[in-house]
Amino acid sequence: MPEAIVDRKKEQDLLVVKPIAIFSGWKGFKINWSNYSGLWAIFAFLGLWELLPRIGVVDPVYLPTFSETFKTLILGILSGQILVDAGVSSLRALGGFALAMVVAVPLGFLMGRYSQFEKYTDLLIQTLRNTSTFALFPIFLLLFGLGETSKIAIIFYAASWHILINTINGVKNVDPLFIKAAKSMGATDKDLFHKVILPASIPSIVSGARLGAKISFMVVIAAEMIGAKSGLGFYIQSSQYNFFIPQMYAGVLALAILGVIINYALVWFESKATYWKGELDQSIFG
Amino acid sequence: MAEKVSVENVNKKFRLKKSQQINDNGNLTNEILVLDNVDLKVKPGEFLVVVGPSGCGKSVLLDIIGGLTKPTTGKVFHDNLEVVGPNLKTGYVFQQYALFPWRTALSNIEFGLETRGVPEEERTKIGKDLLSVFGLSGFADRFPYQLSGGMQQRVAIARSLATDPDLLLMDEPFAALDAQTREILQNQLLKIWDQKRTTVIFVTHGLEEAVFLADRVVVMTARPGKIKQIIEIDLPRPRGEDIRASVEFAINKEKVWTVLKEEVNKAQKDWELAPGFSR
Repeated sequence: MPEAIVDRKKEQDLLVVKPIAIFSGWKGFKINWSNYSGLWAIFAFLGLWELLPRIGVVDPVYLPTFSETFKTLILGILSGQILVDAGVSSLRALGGFALAMVVAVPLGFLMGRYSQFEKYTDLLIQTLRNTSTFALFPIFLLLFGLGETSKIAIIFYAASWHILINTINGVKNVDPLFIKAAKSMGATDKDLFHKVILPASIPSIVSGARLGAKISFMVVIAAEMIGAKSGLGFYIQSSQYNFFIPQMYAGVLALAILGVIINYALVWFESKATYWKGELDQSIFG
Repeated sequence: MAEKVSVENVNKKFRLKKSQQINDNGNLTNEILVLDNVDLKVKPGEFLVVVGPSGCGKSVLLDIIGGLTKPTTGKVFHDNLEVVGPNLKTGYVFQQYALFPWRTALSNIEFGLETRGVPEEERTKIGKDLLSVFGLSGFADRFPYQLSGGMQQRVAIARSLATDPDLLLMDEPFAALDAQTREILQNQLLKIWDQKRTTVIFVTHGLEEAVFLADRVVVMTARPGKIKQIIEIDLPRPRGEDIRASVEFAINKEKVWTVLKEEVNKAQKDWELAPGFSR
């Protein structure tokens, strides 16, 4: 550039503008790291996982490195095995969860609306819901056999409680002022239910559903470990029995990834269902 | 002239739990007398303001007139018809707005029209007209959480007017707002009222608010609530912002305060003497 024709002002502009122009070119690719600050801990965890078996702190036979586990996972996905098992587990969890929604939401409405009903059933519900689902596995196996029915039944049972309790609370805790306002505007009982109680209890029901869905995915794995011929739980369990240690870890890794995806999907769904509430003030991993 | 609303010998008792007995002049009781023989006639097109110390039953009286609560004894008539349930000829505005948070401003306003089965097209038209009256045309699709307190209360007032009530019950509607917003809304309310001349019963704590808005101010006694005195406010209408600074305004304010002061003091003493409130 011929320096003689660059006046001082322009020179300054060039000095200032140029670096910005360079960086602004990168703007489109720039990741806002503050949104992903949680990833650093993940990286640290994976780094440690890679390092410990490598330097011999842990026996790599019992804990293969992350890279090997990841490779096994990719191979498992490419062969279709892990995808099939993850699909089977998801379908079971979804089946049990859907059944729980269909039963627990209407029941919760009844119990929240009619205090007499709740009065008689509350003790039973509290007793059942505070009994560990895992302790009931043998009973479910006895009653429903080793097939799909017992698994769906267990998931249904475990997922129902949060959905039920949250629905009851949602219905019971509708702000009386909303009821009063609606009545003052001539709402009938039917209007009250459709236009006030139902929408007002949606946030509580949806967060119950989110908990129920999470529990469904937890329980399906346990159920598959006890008696199944497919599913991620079975995959992990049988890998361990056959001493396919990297496969076992790959199964766990697949499960972790699936869990995170499901959780994000549920949080997204929750924020959509309660769009009128403004920002959700809960952590994404809540 | 026939009365718009006639409250006749209305008593209201609240029953507390057994464990919550109170000492009422030496008698242990779990019944609280909230309203004691209230008699009130409201003229058509009148702007009536009810003032009184906290806990004197002003809001309960409003609920009874609106048919949202039943009196223990006594009767309320609206256009010579006894009020026995939620009164559909009234509009109700609450202190806490009570907008449905899952509905937009427009659809909140349409609520009362929906329950009356008004077709959607007409509902939307009425709703939009009201929004523009309140200067909220651009906010039809906003949810309550996206509106300021003042905007929310304007939506709530618009909602109460949507069904074209011939009686408007307002329960401390501006109490939760900041001073400037409150004055703006008072002016706006009066402007709309000057055009519609709907009968209004307006409950408030605010002395200045009462004098600015009212044709007559009803002063209630400390609990149990009785009507102590009804004071005519002789300020010309339409009233504008400037009237607040006038001498007449101050005189009227003083008139109400003289009557009210005694009761406020009494109510305060009640609190001081109440057991369980000593620290």
